[in-house]
Amino acid sequence: MNPQNNPPQRWEDDIFDCFVRHNVSQIPYVPDAGHAHLIRRVHDQPGMTPLVLTTEEEGVASSCGAWLGGQKSVLLMQSSGVGNCINMLSLVSNCNFPFVTIVSMRGEWGEFNHWQVPMSRATPGSFELMGIDVKRCDTPQDVAPTVDAALYAAFASEQKIAILLSQRLIGRKEW
Amino acid sequence: MPETNIPETTKIERRDAVRRILANRGETIVVCGLGSSTYDVFAAGDDDRNFYLWGAMGGAVMIGLGLAIAQPDKPVLVITGDGEALMGMGALASVAAQNPKNLTIIVLDNAHFGETGMQPSHTAHGVELAEVATACGFESTQTIVDYDSLDAYSNTPNAANGPRLAVVKITTDNPDRALPNLDGIYIKNRLRSSLGFQPV
Repeated sequence: MNPQNNPPQRWEDDIFDCFVRHNVSQIPYVPDAGHAHLIRRVHDQPGMTPLVLTTEEEGVASSCGAWLGGQKSVLLMQSSGVGNCINMLSLVSNCNFPFVTIVSMRGEWGEFNHWQVPMSRATPGSFELMGIDVKRCDTPQDVAPTVDAALYAAFASEQKIAILLSQRLIGRKEW
Repeated sequence: MPETNIPETTKIERRDAVRRILANRGETIVVCGLGSSTYDVFAAGDDDRNFYLWGAMGGAVMIGLGLAIAQPDKPVLVITGDGEALMGMGALASVAAQNPKNLTIIVLDNAHFGETGMQPSHTAHGVELAEVATACGFESTQTIVDYDSLDAYSNTPNAANGPRLAVVKITTDNPDRALPNLDGIYIKNRLRSSLGFQPV
């Protein structure tokens, strides 16, 4: 096989590899185009349970339930869903649950649809208000170490971390 | 309005109901919604496998779903009220999409928001949560208005090929609060330890 024919590893696959390495088994999500490849990989992986949600706060609660039952969970959503989670994050806080969410950002880089902008702007602050640490990935090189570190910190010592995948990383949506 | 929505058609009292539901719980893990459901589950007997909610309204069913997926060989029971279930009604669709056979949801339906002054809830206006669950794809749904049916339901293992939901119509009686421990970290670690997971 000619190695030049192998496409470079995508940053989405870096996230998936971290899930496998850290034994993350429940992946609740409200979809976003920025997560589409990762969601496909989760669906194709035996032993990983994808959970399609009707609203993002459901994934906060299901992730806490997963930990009660001894499994690790990571919530996938886009920035427009972060506000939906606010009160449910009190569950994470009050019980000191580990929590990791990976958020694809809209409304911040070449955004055509300005309806995405207000919640995008409020996303880091919303997490911080509820006691969730915020990490941001702006380049493909940021993704693997950030996700790896977050999963380790969360599940080894019950920390709460939101990873924001910048719209510049994901690429703007063409209309 | 369907007659079953009128609480006067049931003689079931909430605390008796929950005591009967849990009388033969075996190794069942219980998640209970904030307010009266939490008080009723505690009043039936404290247990390491009870996860009491004091907040996070609308989250009980999804906590139960995450638990049921993580512990597929153990029965998981969510006991919650009509108000809490209504706030998380979309969760019934998310549960149906997973179809976990070990998850049972019991909604104690007095058609009112009991903790906040007994304002009528949507079920008083005709919303039937058992039918919502049916429409979501639950194979087993039931509305219970008498103790014999409740005992039969509680003592029968789930025969459906998926989750089940029962709405137990209860009177609007309001027994004294029975208050379990408020410390969520303690309650979390206690439940996890009962399943063999040590505190982090």
